[in-house]
Amino acid sequence: MSFLSNLINGISLGSIYAIIALGYTMVYGIAKMLNFAHGDVIMVGAYISFYATQHWGLTPLLSVVVAMAVCTVLGIVIEKLAYKPLRSATSLAVLITAIGVSYLLQNLALLIWGSNPKNFVSIVQLGKISLFNGELIISDVAIVTVLCCIVIMVALTWFTSKTKMGRAMRAVSEDKGAAQLMGVNVNQTISVTFAIGSALAAVAGILLCSSSPVLMPTTGSMPGIKAFTAAVFGGIGSLPGAMLGGILLGVIEIFGKSYISTDLGDAIVFAILIIILLVKPTGLLGKKVNEKV
Amino acid sequence: MSENRKRTNMVPFPSDAIIPERDLGTRPVLDARHLGVEFGGLKAVDDFNMIIGRTEIAGLIGPNGAGKTTIFNLITKVYQPTTGTILIDGKDTHNMNTIQVNRAGIARTFQNIRLFDKMSVEDNVKIGLHNRMRYSAASGVLRLPNYWKKEKLMHEKALELLSIFDMQDMADVTAGSLPYGAQRRLEIVRALATDPKLLLLDEPAAGMNPHETEELMENIIKIRDTFQIAIMLIEHDMNLVMGICEGIAVLNYGSIIAKGTPEQIQSNPLVIEAYLGKQKEAK
Amino acid sequence: MKRKISKTFLNNAFTYLLVIVAFVVIMTMQNAGKLTFSFKNQLVPACVFIVMAVSLNLVVGISGELSLGHAGFMCVGAFSGSITIAVLNGVVTDPTLRLVIGLIVGAAFAALTGVIVGVPVLRLRGDYLAIVTLAFGEIIRNILNCLYVSLDEAGLHFGFNNPALPGKMIVNGPMGVKNDAKLATFVMGFALVLFTLIVVLNLINSRSGRAMMALRDNRIAAESVGISATKYKLMAFVVSAALAGMAGALYGANIGTVTSKEFIFDKSILVLVYVVFGGIGNIWGSIISAALLTTLPELLRSFPEFKENRMLIFAIVLILVMLITNSSMVKGWIARIKALFSKKEEAPKEAAAAEEPETEEGGTEE
Repeated sequence: MSFLSNLINGISLGSIYAIIALGYTMVYGIAKMLNFAHGDVIMVGAYISFYATQHWGLTPLLSVVVAMAVCTVLGIVIEKLAYKPLRSATSLAVLITAIGVSYLLQNLALLIWGSNPKNFVSIVQLGKISLFNGELIISDVAIVTVLCCIVIMVALTWFTSKTKMGRAMRAVSEDKGAAQLMGVNVNQTISVTFAIGSALAAVAGILLCSSSPVLMPTTGSMPGIKAFTAAVFGGIGSLPGAMLGGILLGVIEIFGKSYISTDLGDAIVFAILIIILLVKPTGLLGKKVNEKV
Repeated sequence: MSENRKRTNMVPFPSDAIIPERDLGTRPVLDARHLGVEFGGLKAVDDFNMIIGRTEIAGLIGPNGAGKTTIFNLITKVYQPTTGTILIDGKDTHNMNTIQVNRAGIARTFQNIRLFDKMSVEDNVKIGLHNRMRYSAASGVLRLPNYWKKEKLMHEKALELLSIFDMQDMADVTAGSLPYGAQRRLEIVRALATDPKLLLLDEPAAGMNPHETEELMENIIKIRDTFQIAIMLIEHDMNLVMGICEGIAVLNYGSIIAKGTPEQIQSNPLVIEAYLGKQKEAK
Repeated sequence: MKRKISKTFLNNAFTYLLVIVAFVVIMTMQNAGKLTFSFKNQLVPACVFIVMAVSLNLVVGISGELSLGHAGFMCVGAFSGSITIAVLNGVVTDPTLRLVIGLIVGAAFAALTGVIVGVPVLRLRGDYLAIVTLAFGEIIRNILNCLYVSLDEAGLHFGFNNPALPGKMIVNGPMGVKNDAKLATFVMGFALVLFTLIVVLNLINSRSGRAMMALRDNRIAAESVGISATKYKLMAFVVSAALAGMAGALYGANIGTVTSKEFIFDKSILVLVYVVFGGIGNIWGSIISAALLTTLPELLRSFPEFKENRMLIFAIVLILVMLITNSSMVKGWIARIKALFSKKEEAPKEAAAAEEPETEEGGTEE
């Protein structure tokens, strides 16, 4: 029974990674940059939802909407101020800047919300499901998380394949220059990508804190890095890849923690990242890119 | 394909030489057989054969997108050929990478200049000398006598090489700040510094004015005569190609459509149709 | 042949002078009793972080690869150095010698880790390399967090996730290493900084350093003239790791307890901040910035707001530095502002120069 329960926990955690990884993978595919600050947007989303429900008296669902709106704006602002000026700079410069943004967000959160951990109250209050005479307990948050992940995945797939903006995104990710020549507004497309990614990060943050309720300014950074691992695992730039990578990683992490060592859970996740990058750098579902000489 | 690989050290087919009448000896500098490469199912180069003799100046011409630079990339192993063999001075390059190909005797320049922009002109040349004048990292860190001796030799050799193009006075200038023509010349010097047997020049005259091109032509011949090496060049400037190349191969859609002396090429109807005809109209 | 004094020579001379003058000034003040206790406490950490920043700059600035796992090597150095010093307690009586041996062992283990990490990882490039170095740094830390080492007459005993060992515990899992004696001194720190400078500067200005910079500026061109990317990227990485190991060993010898928790990737990023502030690829810049930023909270004690919000300020400055030095857009603005202020004196030339800061006179077309 513990196997089944671990599996469910793993899929639930993996769904959160998947939602974060979707944001990573979209931004990486389109802006060709590792948005190190993505994990900290998660944290901001969780804080907004926390204050909305606990202090401003909003309903949980409304708090999600508010958090998504704030994170969307935040994502667009970050992109415009910090990343857009570096469009033609080296990847080293962009990555260091992204690290700077990550630390800026963490320390702003520290300044505004303090260093004391907040006890996040789950926004999902439906009650647990108990199966096999209470031997297997499935939490409401786990179910909602998995459902959210599926809905987001389906919606994003529809969006990128059926809408005009989605097509523009795919065009920009193939070839920025050619897309521009064909009349695609590249800057706008990148902004929209950041907006979507950040809105998803808000959702992920709220779900993350609903299942593990400690909220601190550094809450987002580790899941952020792990979600990037998930995106690489599945193949960076690929939406189904991010989903697959996220869920696999979540399951591996939970199994690693319960069957190998609690202390080495993170090490196992990172070891997977390293192995994937060395053995199949394009990930499970990614494409190969050639450098032009 | 595997059968071809076994045929090392054999007398080349005279028909693969650009000019069959020319005596290439038994061990040409470059012997490429049935070379081909595919990118995603698309044949960029197909059944490319070429033999270049010891001190030959060969031209590779063809319309844009014909696969000329791809040939250079195959020879220098930037891309691995899908089919065929390349022998450099009789050695099979099947398992070699870019670095080993350079050590085997091939140096190149790039169509879009690739210098070490932030480093001085002299350092750029010294990097070319990297494998010729060696000392260990430890003697560098500890400044052992070998360091001083080799650095002095490198300095002298670098200035000597730069003097081919009269560039020795620019030794301390940052490479990235050189004018365009000088950057192209510096790339040639850097390639020469590796002591190649065959020098590949990818559009050496691009962006040069007629006067500079004239000078470049003299210098290419001078390089061949002084260093006794073979030179293969890709160029769109027909005055340069027809002026200094002893043999010319014309590439179209990844295959050679004609080869011969400049006179033969100029009068070849296939070439005129595929390439020169269009050029003349454009002018 | 007459050669004017080269820029690199002047640069190196300035770097050494800077370090030596700073050392002399601090020693003089210390002897005159002018240094506060808390400032003296910052001296060894300042040296440690100078070595960390200079060694990271070798990888980031000279070899051109972003490593986010530098604290991992520091951690290896701190643990292996502390264990060595504890083992030698009573065997080697001279404390300086004991520390030097500790530093060497720390460097050796860190270098070994550098090889183990570097060989597979350096095949990757750019963002992937950065994230994998971060991952390795965390793995190293996680593993050391589970390490137990004890000492008795029979020698060292190692346990993984197993605290039941005979004899006196040296490394106690998450509790870390406990040092009996604090062997680190400022003079030792200064010596390590000087040693690091000699290694790094001499390496940069040699055949190997040129190869590293060539690979950084244009990998394809460097390979075309026969320079092995694997060899020189690894060399930079391992030398850098060894120096970070020494810094870690000194760091460990300066404090009572070293735990692996201290070496989370925030520390790697802090060192990266020092490198960026000092200028990527600029060695003396790294020295000044590391020295200043480690001692600044102490120097600005009358402004507690600074110490509290230090990381916030660092983050903002980090972003601004990157934007100013790397964005063509921002460079354009600066050029325009400059032109506005210097309208009287050659405004257009200023603007042109600002657009291409690397441009130098000379090398005109004949």
